[in-house]
This record gives sequence, structure tokens and C-alpha cells, in this order.
Amino acid sequence: MTALDFQALAPHLTLTAGLLVVVLAISFWRSHRTALTLTLLSFAAAFIALWPGLDAAPRQVTPLLVLDAYAAFFNGLFILIGAVTAILAHRYLQGRAGSQEEFHVLLLLATLGAMTLASAQHFAALLLGLEIISISLYAMVAYPEESHPPLEAALKYLVLSGVGSATMLFGMALIYHATGALGFAELAASVPVGDTFAAAGDRADLWLTAGQVLFIIGIAFKLSLIPFHMWTPDVYQGAPAPVSGYLATVSKAAVFAVLLRFAVDAELLDLSGGAAVSMAMLFAIVAVLSMVIGNVLALLQDSIKRLLAYSSIAHVGYLMIALLVLGALPGQAMAVETALVFLAGYLAMTLAAFAVVSELSSAAVGERDQIEEYAGLFWRRPVLAAVLTAALLSLAGIPLTAGFIAKFYLFAAGVEGALWGLIWAMIVGSALSIYYYLKIVFAMTVRDADAPAVPVSAIGVVTAAVLGLVVLVLGIYPAPLIDLVGDIAAGMLSQP
Amino acid sequence: MQLLGLILLLLGGGAVAALSERLHRNAPRWLALGVIAVAGLYLLAIPVGTEEQAAWIPRFGINVILAMDGLSFAMVALTLFLGLIAIVSSWSEIDESPGFFQFNLLWTLAGVVGVFTALDLFLFFVFWEVMLVPMYFLIAIWGHEARAYAAMKFFLFTQISGLLMLFAIMALVYLHYDTSGVITFAYADLLGAELDPAYAFLLMLGFFVAFVVKLPAVPFHTWLPDAHTQAPTAGSVILAGILLKTGAYGLLRFVVPLFPEAALDFRWPAMFLGAASVVYGGYLAFSQSDFKRLVAYSSISHMGFVLLGVFAWNTVAVQGAVVQMVAHGFSTAALFMMAGALQQRLHTREMGQMGGLWHKAPRMGSVALFFVVASLGMPGLGNFVGEFMVLIGAFQVDVPLTIAAAIGIIVAAVYALSLMQRSFQGEPNAAVEAMPDFGFRELSVMILMMVALVWLGIYPETLLNLSAPVVSGLGVAP
Repeated sequence: MTALDFQALAPHLTLTAGLLVVVLAISFWRSHRTALTLTLLSFAAAFIALWPGLDAAPRQVTPLLVLDAYAAFFNGLFILIGAVTAILAHRYLQGRAGSQEEFHVLLLLATLGAMTLASAQHFAALLLGLEIISISLYAMVAYPEESHPPLEAALKYLVLSGVGSATMLFGMALIYHATGALGFAELAASVPVGDTFAAAGDRADLWLTAGQVLFIIGIAFKLSLIPFHMWTPDVYQGAPAPVSGYLATVSKAAVFAVLLRFAVDAELLDLSGGAAVSMAMLFAIVAVLSMVIGNVLALLQDSIKRLLAYSSIAHVGYLMIALLVLGALPGQAMAVETALVFLAGYLAMTLAAFAVVSELSSAAVGERDQIEEYAGLFWRRPVLAAVLTAALLSLAGIPLTAGFIAKFYLFAAGVEGALWGLIWAMIVGSALSIYYYLKIVFAMTVRDADAPAVPVSAIGVVTAAVLGLVVLVLGIYPAPLIDLVGDIAAGMLSQP
Repeated sequence: MQLLGLILLLLGGGAVAALSERLHRNAPRWLALGVIAVAGLYLLAIPVGTEEQAAWIPRFGINVILAMDGLSFAMVALTLFLGLIAIVSSWSEIDESPGFFQFNLLWTLAGVVGVFTALDLFLFFVFWEVMLVPMYFLIAIWGHEARAYAAMKFFLFTQISGLLMLFAIMALVYLHYDTSGVITFAYADLLGAELDPAYAFLLMLGFFVAFVVKLPAVPFHTWLPDAHTQAPTAGSVILAGILLKTGAYGLLRFVVPLFPEAALDFRWPAMFLGAASVVYGGYLAFSQSDFKRLVAYSSISHMGFVLLGVFAWNTVAVQGAVVQMVAHGFSTAALFMMAGALQQRLHTREMGQMGGLWHKAPRMGSVALFFVVASLGMPGLGNFVGEFMVLIGAFQVDVPLTIAAAIGIIVAAVYALSLMQRSFQGEPNAAVEAMPDFGFRELSVMILMMVALVWLGIYPETLLNLSAPVVSGLGVAP
């Protein structure tokens, strides 16, 4: 490895160093506040290290990782979300018996795993990153171990996520058996000239097809696409609210980041081979199911966390449109752009919603996730209510919010790629979703509610307010984000 | 950036009004009143024909294009005027969170002003939705007993039809991009888009449904009686006076000019829906026992004339539709204020518990009589001019439908007079004790609206001259 390799890896290395510092600090001096401060400093340092890293980008470091602007975009988002989660978790865990400091170690580790996924270009790196995130998250979900729901959620997550990983691993093994390759780009090159990776399986090689399908099922487990979603609502509901937020944002975005890179590099959805339709079909089916069933099930929920879980299922369903456009468009830049804009918006609004839920809950008093507990929030906690309203309207796709720009992009990409069926599924899904988002907004406006006042922390409210502003700013003036994302997409696709 | 300034003034004023509640309970009201007054003066300073443009999202050729021609000016002026009326009419009605109330009121108005001036389809859609959310809050927070249901229904109807419109906009832009190679949302560029007739028809339907839901016309009208009845007085005034006009404006500005052939193919069904709304809306209005609900149904009937006139698409009919839009804005706003005033005094909207109110409140009675008569189409008042011109124009296009709509005017006389009879005339209801008459505040705004309606009825040229160049510019048949 050369110095330039190290420079490219700077964000990962900085975060690893920060992680070690936090571990050492905890072993000598237990203080939740110090752990938080060090964690935030580590995140800040890793964030700053993105720029030296970008100077060396795009750079392949070992066959496993590639550090380009695409990876840096995701790394930046993951670091910011990690920092927000640390702040939210600090207040959430206060007042709980036992020691809270290890939570921050796990959080840093999970973020490191997510960053690895964003830069993975090899099955080994993919698996590595995925397992680092998942194992940290098992412990984070179960962190308030004295109460029942987190433990149940963690166990459920452990088993089902393990099944997902095993399925994916088996798929990888079969793909390796058929092609002899593990790197994404090598997979595309492993098939005979004139053929594509996606189409080769369709044509003759049963092992390859089986491997691809199992791999996609594993990914669908991790993205909680219907029908592989069963764990999601239970785990989101049982997990501590800051962790649910992290699960819904970082862990999904990281898996999608690697899936998109895989689809681009390995030409998973390249329709030029002619026969790759079935692979795209597989994605289209789970996408439509997720959009429609996810929204229908969300209608039935009384718990905001469950509702947001189903809504996140539906949103990942929408996101699949961007992935499918990859195979339908001659220029793939639009697909990557759409995915990145959508994810930026999705992460901001989902995190904003969970930040409010988390601010109202705590490990000591328990989760406040029933919709009736939000009655009158507008009059008791106007700032938090305004943030939650912005987040929900954004999730519903109302203009001047990030969610609208995200859906607008999907519309544009879908129309350009002529994916009419998926667009209609998205319209139907969005129409259904308005009802349940508004149900919460209405509950917050109800007047004579005598729900108990909840102590909130100033820094938590400020964090939520900042997230709410991000949702609005991305919706009102998205041009800078669009420019940034356009450059990233162009850079990613021009790489050899 | 004068027009953008006007919109930002309303938005900013709303934000300040919301915060000013901490200083004094009355501060938001006075602030909102001041903001509207300043906005009105500012509007007069903006010359008709102003057009301004600024880059917004260059990636998709989206610009902030705002323009004000005669039609837009008339609609914006109506918006600000009725905004003023709404604030005055809610002066003593809204006690809870007056700051947030005025915030929502001003933001709705800002959205409406944007809808009337935007000439970029993306921007138009944004404003279309921006006026929706604060209106939702107005109904959901300050509405009457069944507000949850009404607010949700209102939001779902408009939002879902809005999604159809968004889809149609995207498809239109993409089809235009396909033939011209330019990606743009600008109205002026899309006017000349060459479309496959089959596509054009579907896209036209997407726009049509969104606007007709807002208008509303049968069979998309069911949200309106609930929303109007449950909204606070100011909300009803804005809903009936202005928000319904955005649907009419959209038909006039977008549906027919963007898809002229498709709209021509769709002329009969659209005019049929218009005539059906006139008759069926009137029929439903007659069967109501709730004062506010009756007025709400009468709106459906009156807006049916607008649909009829726009799709007749000749100068007389379209000009008539414009007059009808403005006149209906005044007359219905006044009747909703009357309903609000009655409810505040009697704590009921049921006409069964009214009767003989004229003796207790003669000023209210005479004002009510004036607007009831205006609403039934009395010559000399604005509504008559609008309906008459629409019928003349429509007669040249389709005689049977025109006859059906003309029968609607008779129905209007029946429900309007029965409204008067059941509430203000007849046997005095023993349960009603003394009732305060209109004071200076209420009487003065009512007189303002009376003057406007008489002016429209006697000298409609003021409005017609404003809209004539626009109407001919849109390509209306002579």
C-alpha cells in the first residue's frame, strides 16, 4: 500500500482511530459525557478527513475497496447520521441503570461498517461491511437490556438478519462457482464476450441464476423489501428509538449503496444482453409489492415506530425505481443521480421523524410511540411538532420538502425509462400514504390533550430542528445537491 | 422580482404574525391586516404585464417564472381583498392560537397568489400544494365538530388529484423533450408541444381531474360540503372565494391552451359535467337544513357555470366565466360570513332553529337578502352578468345543455329564497332571544362587497377590459 492509498482511506482510518480512543478512554474513566464528546470528535475528524480522501479519489485500495466521490458522498452522510444518533442516544440512555458508554463504541463500529459497504467493490468487502454493521446493531438494539422489548427485537433481528446473510453468502458461493470471480467488475468480465453477467444466468447457467437470485434475496432481507420484511416492524418497534432511526437510515442506505455499485459494475441489470429482463423483473415485483403492501399495512398501525417501519419499506420500494432505471436507460447517470438524491432526502426526513420520537422517549420512561401520545404536541412542544410535521409531509411527498424532490426525481427517471407500471404503483402508494401521515399530524393538533409533559434536552431539540431545516432546505433549493450528485454520478460511471 | 416579493411578503408576514402572538394576543390580527393592506398597495404598484424569471433547478430546466396579465391581476386582487375580509370576519371568532391561525391564513393566500401568477408548471404545482397544507390546518385546528373527517377528506381529494396532475406534467415535459430535445417546464415553451393525440387526451384528463376536483364539479364534489361546513368562517371565505377559483383558473390557463384539440374532443362531456353541477348542486342545496351546507352546495351549482363557460370556449362564454368567478367570490364569501355570524350568535347552523331573525337583527336581514338575491342571479348584480354571458356563449355551442343550465337558475331562485325564508323570515323562533345585530366591523366589510357586486353588475367592463386581451391571447374562439 502506498501513501496515496492511506490518504484515500483517511476517513476510515480516522474513524478507526477515534474508535480505539473511545475504547481506551472508557476503560480508564467511565463518563457518559466524555464518551459522547470523544465520539462526536471522532465523527468530526472523520468528516474532515473526507477531503484529503477525496484528493486521492478515485482510488482502488486493494481489490476490495474503491474510494471515489460516490463512496465519499455516502460516508459523509453516514458520519453525520452517526453523530446525530450519538447525540440522541446520549439523552435517551440517561437515567438508565448500568453503563452507557459502550453504546458509542458500537455506534462508531457500525458506522465504520457502513462506510466499508459504501466503498466495497468485492464480495468479501461486502460481507465484511455487512457483518460489522449487523453485529454492532444486534448489541445496539438490545442495549437497554433490562427491559423486554429490546431483547426480543434484538433476537428477532439476529435470527432473521443471520438468515439473510446466510442466503446471500450461499448466493455468492454459487456465483463464484459459476464465474470464478468475486470482484464486481470481474463478474461482468467473467462472462463470454458479447454476453452480460445478468443475461448469462438466464441463458444456460443454472448455478449462476440460482446464485444471483439467492444474492438478491439476501439483499432484499437487508433492505426489508416485501416479502422479506417480516422482521422490520417488530425490530423497529422494540429497538430504542435512536437505534430504530439508525436502522432505518444508515443500515438501509449502506446496503443500497453497495447494491447500486454492484448493479453498475457487474452490469446486473444491463438490458443490452436482451435476456436480463427476468433479473429486472425480480426487482420490479418486490418493488411493487413493497410500495403497495407497505403502505397498506402502514395504514393499520397505531405505533409511530411501526408506521415508520412500514413507510421505510415503501420508500425502499420507491427507491427500486432508480435501480431499475439503470437497466432501462441508455445513459445510466440519471439512475445513479436519482438514487443519490432520493437517499439524501429519505435519510434527512426519516432521521428527522425518528429524532422527534427519540426525543420524546427515553430508556427510563420507555418508548413513546403510540399515536395518541402525540396528541396536542403542537401546543406542548411546538418545535418538535413542527419538525415531525415537516418530516411527515416530506415523507408524504408534499412540495418544498426533500421528499418531494426525491419523488420528483423518481417520477422523472421513471418517465424517462418508461417504467409505467412502477410509476403507477408509486402514485397509488403515495396516495395511500397521505392518510396515515396526516393522521399523526392531526393527532398533534388536537387541543385538550392532557398527556404528561416530557423532559427534553435543548441539544436534542436543536438537533431535531436542524434536521427539520435540512428537510425544508433540500426541498426549497435542491440545486446544489443536484449539481453535486450529477458530478458524482458522472465520475462513477466514467471510471474504468 | 416584484411578484416574488409580493409572495414573500405574505410568507414572511405570516411567520412574523405567528411569532407576534407572544407580545400580545391581538398583535397577529393587526399584523396580518397590515400585511394584507401593504400587499394590496404593493399589487397596485406592479404594472399589469410584468414578467420575471430566475433560475431554480437548472438540471430540469425549472425556473421561477412569475407573470401577471389582466386575468392574473384580477384574481390576485380578488385574493387579497377576500383575504382582508377573511381576517376581519375572524376577528372575534378565533381565540385559540391566533398567531398560528393568521400564519396559515397568510400562507394559504401566498400559495394562491403563486398559483395565479406562476408560468412554470413545476412552480405552479408547488404553489398548488403549498396552499393546501395551511388550509388543512385551518380546517383541522379551528374547524367545527367533524373537522377531522372534513380536513382529511379535503386533503386526500386535492392531493390525489394533484398527483395525477404531477404525473401529467412530467409526461408532458418528457414528450416535449422527446420531440424538441429541450427539457423545460416553462408554460410558454410547452404551449407549442407537438403531442400524439392519444397521449394529449390522457394528459389533458390528468390536468382536468385535478382542476375539476378543486372547482368542484359533479362527481368530484363530495369533499366540498364537508370542508366548507366544518371550516371556520375565514376558512370558508377563502375556500369558496378563492381556492375554488384556482380550479377554474387552471382550466382556463392550462387545460384548454395546452391541449386545444383534446379539449375540443372533450367539450361535450366537460360541458355536461358543468350543466349537471349547476342543476344537481342546486337540487342538493335545496334539500339542506344547515345554513352553511346550503351555501356550500350552491357553490357547486355556481361553479358549474364556470366549467360550462370555459369549455364553450368562445369569447362571450369565457368572459362570462371570468365574471362569474369574481362575482361568486364576493357573494359566497359574504354568505359564509353571514353563516359564521349567525353561528357565533346562535351557536347553531340549523335553519330549523332560526326563523324570523329579521326583526331581531334588521341590518343582518337586509344584508342577507342582498346577497341571497345576488346569488340567485338578479339582474344588476355581478352574478347575473356572469351567468348570462356564459349562457349566451354556451348556447352557440350546445343548445340542450344550455337549456339545462338555464333551468339551474330557477333552481337557484328556489333554494336561495328558501334560505331567506327559513332563516330571516317566517315565524320567529321562540327559542331565540335577543341577538346582537351587525356592528361597524361586520357591516363595513359587507358594504364593501355589496359595492363590488353592484359595480360588477352595472359596469362589468372594468373586469372585462382587464381580461379581454388575455382571453383572446389564450386562443379563445371569437
